[in-house]
Amino acid sequence: MTFVPSFSRRAVLAGLSAGVAAAALPLARGRAAGGLTVGFIYVGARDDYGYNQAHAAGAAAVKALGIKVVEEERVPETIDVEKTMESMINLDGAALLFPTSFGYFDPHILKLAKKYQDVTFLHCGGLWHDGLPANTHSYFGYIDEAEYLAGIVAAHVTKTRKFGFVAAKPIPQVLRNINAFTLGARSIDPTITTQVIFTGDWSMPVKEAEATNSLADQGVDVVTCHVDSPKVVIETAEKRGLFTTGYHANQAVLAPKGYLTGAEWNWESLYPTLIGMFQAGKPIPGLVRGGLKAGFVKLSPYGAVVPDAARAAAEAIKAKFMGDGFAIFAGEIKDNKGAVVIPAGTVRGQTDIELEKMSYLVEGVIGAAA
Amino acid sequence: MSDVALAANLGLWTVPIAVVGGAIRVSTPFLFVSLGELVTEKSGRINLGLEGTLVMGAMSGFAGAWLSGSPWLGVLLAGLVGIALGALHAGICSLPRVNDIAVGIALMLFGTGLAFYLGKPLVQPKAPTLPALPLGWWSDIPQIRAALEVNGLFVIGLVLTPLLRWALSNTRWGMIVRMVGDSAEAARALGYSPLRVRLAATCFGGFMAGVGGSFLSLYYPGSWNEGLSSGQGITAVALVIFARWNPVGCFLASLLFGGAVALGPALQAVGVTAGAYLFNAAPYILTLVILILSSSSRHRIAGAPGELSVTR
Repeated sequence: MTFVPSFSRRAVLAGLSAGVAAAALPLARGRAAGGLTVGFIYVGARDDYGYNQAHAAGAAAVKALGIKVVEEERVPETIDVEKTMESMINLDGAALLFPTSFGYFDPHILKLAKKYQDVTFLHCGGLWHDGLPANTHSYFGYIDEAEYLAGIVAAHVTKTRKFGFVAAKPIPQVLRNINAFTLGARSIDPTITTQVIFTGDWSMPVKEAEATNSLADQGVDVVTCHVDSPKVVIETAEKRGLFTTGYHANQAVLAPKGYLTGAEWNWESLYPTLIGMFQAGKPIPGLVRGGLKAGFVKLSPYGAVVPDAARAAAEAIKAKFMGDGFAIFAGEIKDNKGAVVIPAGTVRGQTDIELEKMSYLVEGVIGAAA
Repeated sequence: MSDVALAANLGLWTVPIAVVGGAIRVSTPFLFVSLGELVTEKSGRINLGLEGTLVMGAMSGFAGAWLSGSPWLGVLLAGLVGIALGALHAGICSLPRVNDIAVGIALMLFGTGLAFYLGKPLVQPKAPTLPALPLGWWSDIPQIRAALEVNGLFVIGLVLTPLLRWALSNTRWGMIVRMVGDSAEAARALGYSPLRVRLAATCFGGFMAGVGGSFLSLYYPGSWNEGLSSGQGITAVALVIFARWNPVGCFLASLLFGGAVALGPALQAVGVTAGAYLFNAAPYILTLVILILSSSSRHRIAGAPGELSVTR
């Protein structure tokens, strides 16, 4: 985690910086309303078996603590989200907001953060950097750790040694997941390849179904994805008799036969922690990052078809992630055009900022990153 | 998983197979919406609200199948909801000085909004899906068998296409619809009420669009979610113009669009990655090209109903 001292109003109260009276005002407002109110904003339906459902599970965990939660679904990444945030702040008295979609941050959250300096904005996506308002924070999980483990599991069950990956757009986070999944698989069997299909957008159900069918026609026998709702991909793959690994949330019920495991967010672990920090007046860093060890991400329970050897192999690496750490991106790594992207001897640990600029697909991935 | 173990290595041949399979899988909503809209437009009215009807059909079809346990009852419910929305459009348009395009846009937003609202509890459940006819039984190749898994609704659409073409030119009913569409004056002179004929034609269009929507939620991709329609309804309305108000043209255009949607993923699956975005845009590029090729500044589009506001 990058520690950046943040300008917390609790710190103000504690007397560290007296005189900034305005910063203390919201506390009065929050208390007057009878305790803390937290707002959650989702870009899609909160039971989508995907990105939004993972966040909604986090919100439910917050609610279970007895904290008042207000939620709104299907809020586009436009000026609409500003209206939603303002209404949560002014009408519901929310002192803490979780606008969860990537595109909410710039310019919408940044704009409102200046206007409402007494409200804390926690944004999912890791876009925060020095110089941005102190009441904005970004959190994100190293979900590639779980993808790496899913790749290991899948490598044990594949017969054709061809994997398929249905992805939305070639952005660094997506490429990192494709690469980690492939590297995990190739750590078990270096002849495995991953065929990538980019659909072009985060929610394209018909195209996602077509992509999955095309992969099945190519003899792929394990399919995974990085789209907003993996439901269509997982269900289509199950119909074609393929193995699947999930993403965002647990999709095991959609594919009782083929679901192996999946890379899931663990927001129900992180959100209560963040709110605990907030309530205790502890400063929240500008960038909050973590993987399996910090409880930001988790692995779906293994499906019945996963053999013991696969479980053991995955658990062995998982123990390393949970312990001293494990570097997925350790040189020498070549991209799929043959160029060395991480030279031998270079180890890029999970927190390495270089990994967040990833623009290549590793050797073994069939597809183009741009 | 035996399916996969058998998957033959067909190399580039999988592309045409996927395009044919995709054409059959993806085209059904286009086909139903466009056949329905064709009849509506033949009566001299354009219903842009079919996108909303399609989404409502997808939602209500899924709800019907989920609650009743029978996918075909879901299809029927979707059709009935479509009729109701069609009647709403026709009803509003029968008031004086109402523009059918504006009403259509309003109903498009209304239909999608209402479907999202009512569909909230339907995202998680699984409903029984429509059965497929295995028309690829003759082949040993799993890819061909998968491509020729044909849904019953597609077959119904296939049969309906020539039937509709015949009915429009050979039955009394078809001629009345066309007469109303070409000249309301003439229809009135003969004692037919244009408003009533248009009501029936718009309800038919709504029914077909509702059924087309139920295909999305009950067969392919086969579940309800809010991003289900990526504009299939509105594309199908455009297809009617593109098909020159000819049912056979609607059928071919729907197949063409379905195949074009399948082309992008199929090419990427065999490793053709150059221009992936361009191939994903294939359906839209295709529309533009055909419209440009068939446009003319000199005469009206052949086959266009005379009363239709967009071509008048």
